Amino acid sequence: MELDLTDEQRMLGDAVNSLLDKRYDANARLKLLESDDGWSRELWKQYAELGLLGLTFDEQYGGAGMGVGELAVVMEAFGRALVLEPFLATVVLGGQLVAAAGTPEQKAALLPGVASGETLLAFAAVEPGSRWSLTDIATTASPAGDGWELTGEKIAVVGGDSAEHLLVTARTPDDVVGLFLVSGADVARDTYRMQDGLGAADVVLSSAPAQALGSPADALDHIESVLDVATAVLCAESVGAMDRMLWLTVDYLKTRVQFGQPIAVFQALQHRASDMFVSLEQARSMALLARLALADDDVAERRRSVAAAKIQIDVSARHISQEAIQLHGGIGMTMEYPVGHYAKRTALIAKTFADTDALVEAVGADGGLIAER
Amino acid sequence: MDIALSKQERAFAERMRTFFSTEIPAEIRDRLGRGGHTTREDIVTSQRIMNEHGLAVPHWPVEWGGQDWTPVQRHLWSEEMLLAHVPPPLAFNSAMVGPVIATFGSEDLKARFLPKTANLDIWWCQGFSEPNAGSDLASLKTTAVREGDDYIVNGQKTWTTLAQWADWIFCLVRTDPEAKKQRGISFLLIDMSTPGVTVRPIRLIDGGFEVNEVFFEDVRVPADQLVGEENSGWDYAKFLLGNERTGVAAVGQTKARVLRIKRLAAQTNSGGRPLLDDPLFRARLTKLEVELTALEMSVLRVLNTEAKIGPGKPDPVSSVLKLKGSELQQEATELLVDVLGPSGLAYRESADVPDGFAALPEGALDALPTYFNWRKASIYSGSSEVQRTIIAKAILKL
Repeated sequence: MELDLTDEQRMLGDAVNSLLDKRYDANARLKLLESDDGWSRELWKQYAELGLLGLTFDEQYGGAGMGVGELAVVMEAFGRALVLEPFLATVVLGGQLVAAAGTPEQKAALLPGVASGETLLAFAAVEPGSRWSLTDIATTASPAGDGWELTGEKIAVVGGDSAEHLLVTARTPDDVVGLFLVSGADVARDTYRMQDGLGAADVVLSSAPAQALGSPADALDHIESVLDVATAVLCAESVGAMDRMLWLTVDYLKTRVQFGQPIAVFQALQHRASDMFVSLEQARSMALLARLALADDDVAERRRSVAAAKIQIDVSARHISQEAIQLHGGIGMTMEYPVGHYAKRTALIAKTFADTDALVEAVGADGGLIAER
Repeated sequence: MDIALSKQERAFAERMRTFFSTEIPAEIRDRLGRGGHTTREDIVTSQRIMNEHGLAVPHWPVEWGGQDWTPVQRHLWSEEMLLAHVPPPLAFNSAMVGPVIATFGSEDLKARFLPKTANLDIWWCQGFSEPNAGSDLASLKTTAVREGDDYIVNGQKTWTTLAQWADWIFCLVRTDPEAKKQRGISFLLIDMSTPGVTVRPIRLIDGGFEVNEVFFEDVRVPADQLVGEENSGWDYAKFLLGNERTGVAAVGQTKARVLRIKRLAAQTNSGGRPLLDDPLFRARLTKLEVELTALEMSVLRVLNTEAKIGPGKPDPVSSVLKLKGSELQQEATELLVDVLGPSGLAYRESADVPDGFAALPEGALDALPTYFNWRKASIYSGSSEVQRTIIAKAILKL
């Protein structure tokens, strides 16, 4: 079985890394964080030119027709550079939801704009008081004329600060959870930066005009499938971030001199760095499993593998980020130094779509990973 | 995990599964699957059946009984064997001395030893560690002094696993006391029945006997039992240790253990429900399964690389596999102790109970002894601390 990246995937990764190496050093990123948008519309254009914003869309909608494996490659590179642009919100979630659930007309109306960098999307599913549940929601959708009206509140909408269109989950009178397209102009938004610097919003919908994305009855299956992909590529992003944290720490140990010698000579520190490497290998292996699992036709098996991968990613990232700060000492505590920013991003990844305990419970209740054959 | 295997690889695994579950006696597999002791006879029986089918030493050169398999196929062979509770071929024979003789031995040595080693007509043990040479193996002091056509061996080995059952021992001995410590070492094959060889068993904390001290007092060893060149033994030992990159992860053993834990936890009542449904127990089990799956993927990644670059030098990533693998083995033994609860506390030699007493649950005899016994996993073959140092030096360049 081929476990390595294909040549094309490697080339894609090289192209993205080379752009980010030039444009995304720690200082440039800090400046972006201080800007009004908090990210770069100019870089967004460059991502569009590289074909990243339509990576997985069909060519007829302006996409590159690639697979989710390529998406993972891009996300790992983005994790290494700690990219601030709303790629997860617009491309991974928004774009893929439209591609999966939308009618041909909706795809034609939205995807070319996403691919060219003109349209920003966000997925609004989480509500106050119900953790990450997709179904324990109070937002309602009522038929209104040719379309729908949505009423309710959504929180932690990643990319919700800048998106022109929101993809909102809501319960219909038939008691199904559907997915609806709402214009950003028709909702009230409380916009903010999350702890990792990414833009987000809480959103109140008061009879907001909406159109159903595809058929509401099919929406939940599509959402769950897209979340599998999104979770798998988040694993890749986190691995990129963990890899950087490890090597930043290793470099620091070699250069920081105390008691007349580099602190890398101290075995107490060497062994902790080695344990970080072990955690990274475990995470890398599970990110690979998640990527392979996306090709699995058995939905239950795929979901279990992706959930298991995310558990390992979260456990490893928590270990690596805490140790990275500890081994840096005081400098690791500063906003100026990059390692804390990686720690923050991975901490938020661990609280995106689900948390570790919820995933452990889900995988365990499902019989676990190792079963008699 | 099947997702990481090709169709051909899955078919191969299936073929191995069928072989192990039909050719190896069910009596042995059932007993070991329930935590029973492995006897010498079990290992001999199992290895001879495998050898008859060309499956005892697949990683040896083809002319000596090996198979032209990919690294992944070799992994699946081992995995399926362990999941079927088949005693693996004796590692000292199949994974250690066999490949060393096949690679560095003279044609005479190969003809003399390899067929018997593959068929377990000779039971080998490993004479490496000494009382003052553990992690620092190269400081070993057992000497071999050339005298005519013989070497005269004096010294002591320790932690010699199953020496009480062994016919022969392969030893690292110092042949040049003047040379720098790694350079003066040779690889010598010694018949355990030679006058001057004494075996003294060491009882371990689980109550069992599996390791020994082996004493050599003026033991006369024919010089044609030297493997390869004199004073090159350290290179052969490194080859031997580097030969096994992924088996150290022990994924198959731990998987088999996890399956047994799940089976027993499903039968164990805890507060009116099966222990397996207890959320805290299940969470710990699930986290172990996740780490084990990650380790299995790491193994497949290493095998994948090996298939491309070919075998050869030790890969420092093996240290990751050993470090994490031993941790998970130990965690699994701990979970079994938790399953047994108060039923696992008695020290018993047998499952027999007097008339009128309830039969003991499965695991009552072996859960705690196994837990104590497997503390060894993070000590032998390079302790976890040694592995961390290897990772720091060889991978992180610290």
